[in-house]
Amino acid sequence: MSDQPVIVVEKASKTFKSARGPVRALESFDMFVNQGQFVSIVGPSGCGKSTLLWAMASLWPLSGGTIQIMGQEVRSPRREVGMVFQSANLLPWRNLLDNIHFPFEIMHENPKRYEDRIKELLQLTSLTGFEGHMPQELSGGMQQRASIVRALSYDPQVLLMDEPFGALDAFTRDEMNLMLLNIWEKSQKTIVFVTHQIPEAVYLSDRVYVMTPRPGRNSRVFDIPLPRPRPLVLTTERAFFDIVAEIKQTIYDDVQAAADAGKYQMDTYAH
Amino acid sequence: MTTETPQAKDKVTLQGEGFIDWSALTSINFAGTQMLIILGVAALVIAGIELAVHLFRIPSYVFPAPSEIASALVVSFPNLVPHILVTLQELATGYLIGALIGIILAAVITQFPFIEKIITPYILLLVTTPMVALVPLLILKFGFGQTPRIIAIALASGPMVMINSSTGFRRTDAAKIALARSYGATTLQIFQKVRFPLALPMIIVGLMVGGIFGLTTCVGAEMVGGGMGLGTRLTYYSSLARMAPFFAVIIIVAIIGISLYVLFYFIGKKWASWEA
Repeated sequence: MSDQPVIVVEKASKTFKSARGPVRALESFDMFVNQGQFVSIVGPSGCGKSTLLWAMASLWPLSGGTIQIMGQEVRSPRREVGMVFQSANLLPWRNLLDNIHFPFEIMHENPKRYEDRIKELLQLTSLTGFEGHMPQELSGGMQQRASIVRALSYDPQVLLMDEPFGALDAFTRDEMNLMLLNIWEKSQKTIVFVTHQIPEAVYLSDRVYVMTPRPGRNSRVFDIPLPRPRPLVLTTERAFFDIVAEIKQTIYDDVQAAADAGKYQMDTYAH
Repeated sequence: MTTETPQAKDKVTLQGEGFIDWSALTSINFAGTQMLIILGVAALVIAGIELAVHLFRIPSYVFPAPSEIASALVVSFPNLVPHILVTLQELATGYLIGALIGIILAAVITQFPFIEKIITPYILLLVTTPMVALVPLLILKFGFGQTPRIIAIALASGPMVMINSSTGFRRTDAAKIALARSYGATTLQIFQKVRFPLALPMIIVGLMVGGIFGLTTCVGAEMVGGGMGLGTRLTYYSSLARMAPFFAVIIIVAIIGISLYVLFYFIGKKWASWEA
């Protein structure tokens, strides 16, 4: 059922304690993601996108509101939810294959049962033959691909991706996006993707949620009507640019509104 | 902003921490011309000393010729074997006790930053105070046996292992811990599979330095008490002004020390090479 919500975020709020008092990172954010959908969250730097994603992975609790994934409220890390982090986050003392086996060790499962799946994922990410390499022997793109294989290896239904390609150069990023769409179309996973690269979000997603500057609230939601499969050349077309421009305009308007309200200062906003 | 955002946490990586230099031995090429040059220079140095001793007629009790030391090493080695074994046994016992306590204490204490702050000055005191100085006191308390020596070795090596291991355990990489937690890792699993491997290179450095500290303390402690052990031989031969066997003992001690270094070099190469 493609219109059944897999992820329901309702009035999600998160306040951090800091030396200078509480910081509201996220405020009353709502989001619905259907089965097999690719949804991105964009917004200005530090707006609370990652905060929400970490809460969805149950890496920290919300201060208010609820997150339901596959009909169950998120209270502890779940097997159905895989996370891809900002940096590749491979363990430098393990080779590539041992890094992929890491989740199985933690969950006390035998990776042998998933051997074929892992082989196929390595094939899809062009990592076959590098199983014995140490992370520091791999390029940045290969490391991030390996971390995607690791997240998908045990077949979670939902994949959360926290600015996974932020550290990569523009061309590597394009390649990764193409590869990610390829994997997604084959596997029918539900993906929530956090990025501050609007073209990337538009290229990948069925739907883009725009978050306001801190505290992160709902701004607008864009459904991306571009047909699939999406070749990279799509990113040079007028229809693509129009959507990117509209989302950018929305973010600029939000930032301007926050600045007018005295809540947003360009210089001090960087984390 | 110093708030707790995932972005900020994610940036805690190991970059710029490559202060452990495992290349001290790697830089030596064990085969080929490099080795020949190294051996050649060593031979020249030894020959030079030999020549100088004979040329300036330096008496044996001031400085024995290398040939004399070599023959003393061969002649007295059978007599020295029991002493070597005693020294090694004391060293192994004291070191194992000290290192084990050091690692466990480091793993536990780094979890409680406030307690760590309270304890650190005492650890520094133990590291900087020569434990040989305590031996006469320990002898008063425990008699002339091996006990005071073993305690001194443990006290010398343990804090050294601990202080280095603490540096290792303090490197908490929030992103890697979050990764483990995203698969539902328990505290024990996080320790076994993230914190311990992360700390391992520094633990190995601590074990190496601690081992060498232990050896120094062991020989020093033996020089005080008498009985068996390489340190007692140093006191014995020097009191008789028999400098050739005296230096032979020194060479044996040096070989034990270098062996410790080489052992941990290979352990480091095997288990901590990811950091280099």
